[in-house]
Amino acid sequence: MSMNTTRIYAVFLRYVYLLRGNPQRFFQIFVWATIDVVLWGFITKYLNTLGSPEFSFTPLFLGAVILWSFLIRAQQGVSTPALEDTWSHNLLNYFASPLKVSEYMSGLVLASIATSIAGFSLVLVLAYLFFGLSIFSLGLMLFPFLLILFAFGIALGIFAIAMITRYGPSAEWFIWPIPAVIEPFCGVLYPISVLPHWMQVISYVLPPSYIFSGMRDALLNGHFAAGNLLAAAVLGVAYLLAAYWFYVRIHRSAIRSGSIARYSAENI
Amino acid sequence: MPVLEVKNLRKEYGNTVAVDGVSFVVRKNEIVGLLGPNGAGKTTTINMVLSLLEPSAGSVSIDGNDVRSERTRALSKTNFAAVYAQMPGNLTVRQSLHVFGLLYGVKQLHARIDVMLREFELERFRNAKCGMLSSGEQTRVSLAKAMLNEPKLLLLDEPTASLDPSTAQTVRERIRDFASGGEGGVLWTSHNMHEVEAVCDRVLFLSHGKILLEGNPKTLPREYGKANLEELFLTVAREPLSLSTE
Repeated sequence: MSMNTTRIYAVFLRYVYLLRGNPQRFFQIFVWATIDVVLWGFITKYLNTLGSPEFSFTPLFLGAVILWSFLIRAQQGVSTPALEDTWSHNLLNYFASPLKVSEYMSGLVLASIATSIAGFSLVLVLAYLFFGLSIFSLGLMLFPFLLILFAFGIALGIFAIAMITRYGPSAEWFIWPIPAVIEPFCGVLYPISVLPHWMQVISYVLPPSYIFSGMRDALLNGHFAAGNLLAAAVLGVAYLLAAYWFYVRIHRSAIRSGSIARYSAENI
Repeated sequence: MPVLEVKNLRKEYGNTVAVDGVSFVVRKNEIVGLLGPNGAGKTTTINMVLSLLEPSAGSVSIDGNDVRSERTRALSKTNFAAVYAQMPGNLTVRQSLHVFGLLYGVKQLHARIDVMLREFELERFRNAKCGMLSSGEQTRVSLAKAMLNEPKLLLLDEPTASLDPSTAQTVRERIRDFASGGEGGVLWTSHNMHEVEAVCDRVLFLSHGKILLEGNPKTLPREYGKANLEELFLTVAREPLSLSTE
């Protein structure tokens, strides 16, 4: 399956033009992440006054919130440009051109890489400057953690685009809550052992569960089970492949039914 | 070799047949009008040519490239403009043409964009967002995008519907120049029969998904005892069965 880099760049460039032309779009990349850092920064600061002076809640909670926010940015980095194409009725123009589905997805992933890195960089600086947290205290484990969270975030984003393709523009109301719906199962701020059994079962098939559990192990015990990292990586890749496969199927079905051409139709 | 060859094209939605065994060709330097009342199957046919809709049967070939098996190659040789597919309103005219020029692999893109802006009198809107333009100006942007890659096949779905008579005349001349001067052919749908008579070399009348009539728009009405193309259109729309006995 060959891809044309110029066409991938065109999809990416379209989103760059959108960001450049409308500064308010930067809000979505930076503002929510900043609010999370400020809110959890002060919560952990307060918690630190309640516990023993040797123990800091800051890396445990604020670090987790920063990583979770990175996953959300990765997901929205893919789904927001796709929503922009839906809102501006551009999908018909795109898919009547030589652009392939794989090239469209690659352009969206490129946009997500750019916006995720930009948003993540800002929150790292804020967390360090205002709350003295360096996420790099996780050491080299940080990089596989980020890669796996990014892969899962992209998978959620692609799943979201499939929903838009299947159900039309109104599907955006499914898309925004996706991270909030899975967050309780992922043990972002607590170990999954506190969850009821049925929730734990779901946690085991979600890659972020292993990442946040690993992050706590690394911070509290100074080690992390490599087997858990491997499980998270395998699950992350599996979700990515499954999401792409699902999108391709939905896209083909939309070509058969003609709903791509009736871009604003709602198929529910 | 025709620039477009459609063979036995059929599209079914459950028990409804939207396009029923349509076959036709568009040759180089030819403008073919695809006519018919609303729901006759014109846009469905165009969507299948653009691979936006999968046919239930039949084939579409653009400049010898099958749209299903050689989609990218076939679509790089075509382009389209339609009233329902304006350029995204949140990009400027130049940005839109830049993005679509990259998608269609246009060589020397910046120079080509300048030519299109000049030809469609869009230079002063170069940095205006497409959504801020009037409907006529947006149509000119769509047409500039449609001709950006000098396509072998140009598909135009009611391209002059939102234009004032003067601009519509200029656009018609531009499309005639495109068809006569280059290597391309045009498939054109319109409900303006005077325009079709003036511009098209050949017309195809679709009714209930089938091609009912085909011929020269200047002589076809007389062959069926009608005063003009509009009268013939009304008969196709209201009494299609009467034509087979005339």
